[in-house]
Amino acid sequence: MSWVTKTFKSTLGQKLIMALTGLFLIIFLIGHVTGNLLLFKDDGGQAFNEYADFMTTNQFVQILSITTYVSILVHIIYSILLTYLNKRARPVAYAKVDPPKESSFSSRNMGILGTIILIFLVVHLQGFWYRMHWGEIQQVTYDTGVYKNLYAVVVWAFQVEWMVALYVIAMIFLGFHLSHGFASAFQTLGLNHRKYTPAIKFIGRAFAIVVPALFASMPLYIYFFISAPEKLPF
Amino acid sequence: MILDSKIPEGPLAEKWNKHKFNVKLVNPANKRKYEVIVVGTGLAGASAAASLAELGYNVKAFCFQDSPRRAHSIAAQGGINAAKNYQNDGDSVYRLFYDTVKGGDYRAREANVYRLAEVSVNIIDQCVAQGVPFAREYGGLLANRSFGGAQVSRTFYARGQTGQQLLLGAYSALSRQVANGKVKLYPRTEMMDLVTVEGKARGIITRNLITGTIESHSAHAVLLCTGGYGNVFFLSTNAMGSNVTAAWRAHKKGALFANPCFTQIHPTCIPVSGDHQSKLTLMSESLRNDGRVWVPRTVEIAEKVRKKQIKIADIKEEDRDYFLERKYPSFGNLVPRDVASRNAKYVCDEGRGVNETGEAVFLDFRDAIKRDSEDAIRSRYGNLFDMYQQITGDNPYKEPMMIYPAVHYTMGGLWVDYNLMTNVPGLYALGEANFSDHGANRLGASALMQGLADGYFVIPYTLGDYLAGMSKETVTADHDEFKKAAKEITDKIQKFLSIKGTKTIDHFHKRLGKIMWEYCGMARNAEGLTKAKGLIKELKAEFWRDVKVLGTPDELNMSLEKAHRVADFIELGELMVDDALNRDESCGGHFREEYQTPEGEALRDDDNFAYVAAWKYTGEGLESELVKEELKFENVKLTQRSYK
Amino acid sequence: MMNLTLKVWRQKNHKDKGGFVDYKVSGISTDMSFLEMLDVLNEELSAKGEDPVHFDHDCREGICGACSLYINGHPHGPQQTTTCQLHMRSFADGDVITIEPWRAKGFPVLKDLMTDRSAFDRIIQAGGYVSVNTGGVPDANEIPVPKIIADEAFDSATCISCGACVAACKNASAMLFVSAKISQLALLPQGQVERKSRAENMVAQMDAEGFGACTNIGACSAECPKGIKLSNIARMNREYFSAVLSSDNV
Repeated sequence: MSWVTKTFKSTLGQKLIMALTGLFLIIFLIGHVTGNLLLFKDDGGQAFNEYADFMTTNQFVQILSITTYVSILVHIIYSILLTYLNKRARPVAYAKVDPPKESSFSSRNMGILGTIILIFLVVHLQGFWYRMHWGEIQQVTYDTGVYKNLYAVVVWAFQVEWMVALYVIAMIFLGFHLSHGFASAFQTLGLNHRKYTPAIKFIGRAFAIVVPALFASMPLYIYFFISAPEKLPF
Repeated sequence: MILDSKIPEGPLAEKWNKHKFNVKLVNPANKRKYEVIVVGTGLAGASAAASLAELGYNVKAFCFQDSPRRAHSIAAQGGINAAKNYQNDGDSVYRLFYDTVKGGDYRAREANVYRLAEVSVNIIDQCVAQGVPFAREYGGLLANRSFGGAQVSRTFYARGQTGQQLLLGAYSALSRQVANGKVKLYPRTEMMDLVTVEGKARGIITRNLITGTIESHSAHAVLLCTGGYGNVFFLSTNAMGSNVTAAWRAHKKGALFANPCFTQIHPTCIPVSGDHQSKLTLMSESLRNDGRVWVPRTVEIAEKVRKKQIKIADIKEEDRDYFLERKYPSFGNLVPRDVASRNAKYVCDEGRGVNETGEAVFLDFRDAIKRDSEDAIRSRYGNLFDMYQQITGDNPYKEPMMIYPAVHYTMGGLWVDYNLMTNVPGLYALGEANFSDHGANRLGASALMQGLADGYFVIPYTLGDYLAGMSKETVTADHDEFKKAAKEITDKIQKFLSIKGTKTIDHFHKRLGKIMWEYCGMARNAEGLTKAKGLIKELKAEFWRDVKVLGTPDELNMSLEKAHRVADFIELGELMVDDALNRDESCGGHFREEYQTPEGEALRDDDNFAYVAAWKYTGEGLESELVKEELKFENVKLTQRSYK
Repeated sequence: MMNLTLKVWRQKNHKDKGGFVDYKVSGISTDMSFLEMLDVLNEELSAKGEDPVHFDHDCREGICGACSLYINGHPHGPQQTTTCQLHMRSFADGDVITIEPWRAKGFPVLKDLMTDRSAFDRIIQAGGYVSVNTGGVPDANEIPVPKIIADEAFDSATCISCGACVAACKNASAMLFVSAKISQLALLPQGQVERKSRAENMVAQMDAEGFGACTNIGACSAECPKGIKLSNIARMNREYFSAVLSSDNV
């Protein structure tokens, strides 16, 4: 076995993959939430649609996108591999378990949280990402050119209560997932220091609240403040 | 029988160097042809096994614990002495030697002790190189403290866990040799007997504690590094598994047992809280630096304290008897271990003990806290106070601690010569298992030093001398002597299981402990010892008639393991009593009430008892034979200790 | 004085399937340690001619690391201490106490509550040492070590190898144990020469023993009787990654 395969077959190597892909997805979330803030711009969706167009056509962004898809996939695959390995490490379960209060709910349930997020992701991608790339979407013309009116698709989707509820709930789960995942990734990379770790933990907790809250505010904003387009946007 | 201690000729300071030059060497290429058995993996065993394997010998290391790292050396708290003189306070090899001989009340061999002091400096170097994290000063150099009333600061320490860190160092060296294939490890394996062929030690019989299999292991030499026998008292600070079986069975195969009655009783232990007690816990004697020892002045007040009818804080100053300060104004609470222990016993015997069992005295920090603040005391003894609170549930910052003496260390052990070899050729004893270096009383922080000195720096030289003189020919484990010894063990096990009596093994062990503590403990007298002799004889007979040993031989069987150990403790108890009865003097840990100064201090009889009492086993039910090794003091003057 | 119900895991040997047996013990004093309470049970069982409950224990002062019971869902019970230092005043009259052995693939059950923890010895044998022979080492004060580093190394070195970290971990991971030893020697100057190979070899052995992977939950550290810190695991990760990237071990 070469040293490379040996490393990535080791428990530490597999954890490293989880951490690196996780951190990349955190960076992706920053980009995603920043861009989506354009939904709040009071211009009938022009800025958002131009941004969406840029995101689907720019070469550099394409590379980033592919990295994101791969990251998600690898993150999932390795989580399954590690879960299997970890289950095998304790063939007989305890009859009575009482986790110490120092261990957080999130840290003990990352797999479940991740699975729920994955289910959400399927709905989310099908509703927007798939439509944007391969679906039929009405076009809209601005003085900068002709664009797919993804904004209208978003507004249309978030007129439905259960969709809004789904998104908000999913973001709560995302928040829990991040509340452990953020600092945990740094720990796995070995980035632990008595000076910086408290800051990382604080930023991690703040991130886990702010980012999902911003995401969740979007469907809520649209549901309460933006009226539905007159006709079906696709 | 005449014992030859093989002490080299020449001036004290040159003996060891000269001896190292004079010993025969084993050719490096030949070392791999020799097998060495090491029983026990504490400081002495692990360091010996690792060092011998490094030299090239093939070593088999045995321990009854599940891992060599759990040997009871791990529990030593205080530290390890070494004559490094890093503190520039006047220490030297000679001073450490002198203090040790004097502390041992002049019942140790000068040459051995001098060598111990000499190699002590190498031990510290070795441990640091292994990565042992000793305490350090801000400048990055090693810290020292003064320990056990020594006038110089020569004790190296790793917080309160020095034994643990030193053992982990030796264990790591051992582990490295296991990885190298030079040491084969046999954990959860108990030595059952020594095998001698033509008078030489050639192997051991063991029992695999998991499967119960009786196995034979042959070798060119056998090293017993099996620790002390304090558990003969049932309650001691020893680990539950600590036992005398390996040493005792070697004794029954011809090895002499020296000074068995020399036991050390440590004054600052947590008192017994009830009949359920399984062991006693030591707290560092450094506590006596700030704590004041006292009991109520009268039996009446003590009675009220025991019944919790009076608050301790309400006892008036004039009703408190600080008995150590009263009797020993110059040393006060810092008198040596044996003196402090004995006086605690006296006040409790008078009925002034302070806990429910009546066997405890106060160790009070009230005045120290008033003087230096609670925080200052916490920074000095925080971990000890926490430990005390964990065990007793009482807060020693608010209420005085209660302490009582407990058996802690045994100075006696298998007789060995200067080479650490017993009188059985090829059989060695190292560490607490031998008798050699501490005389009648061991100084604080010297046990770790001796264990590692024996294993790292003595046996690698002296074992070669023996092996070089013997043939490389191996006696294999299918030799008749092995078969015979294995059969004896199998028979013994069958005998245990066939008794099917009514009383548990612990029942006998507890009774033995009570007899030993009562009559052969802190203070002894001829009348009591004679009585104890009879009691033990009865106990022994009853044991073999009425003990209940459960289970089968071929399984993990705790009951059977204990049966072997307790049977041997009973026999050892008899010998301890004989030895105590024979030694008509008081010295160190052996206090015979008939022999004391008018002030009640130990009175030695150097004219008649400056010898090592080595006992020879003569057969089942027969009296042991005393063999004397005269002690010659050429360098130190014998004086009477005084702490007034 | 308390009366208690014990649900104890009984298993004749490694191959036996095992199961819980209920025992009642009475007259338990609050001053008893948990193991002394089990001694009472065992004396009663022995007197009745029943096989006593087997469990590992030795020093009974919290330092040898032999005792290892999983009590009411916690390794070493509800207090952050070893089982031998757990006292019955932590329980109340009438309590039902569930006692299980450590559960991990790396720690097979030998009998009742005893497990085989020799995997830890093998991990140390893979590199948990400094390769110096006896003799010929420099003077102990030759290399100064900053006090803060020496203290930190000591904190890691206080591990007693009881295996509570594995028992506590949802994934039966041994990383707290392994990282404590890697940390101790990585911090000290004496450990530098073999720093890289040590990290690589000890991690490889840990994996070979079948322990799980760390998911940074922190239960190990929270339950560790010696309070070994989670930062050790981060250091091990760092040591391991930098070792595999830069060592000569192709």
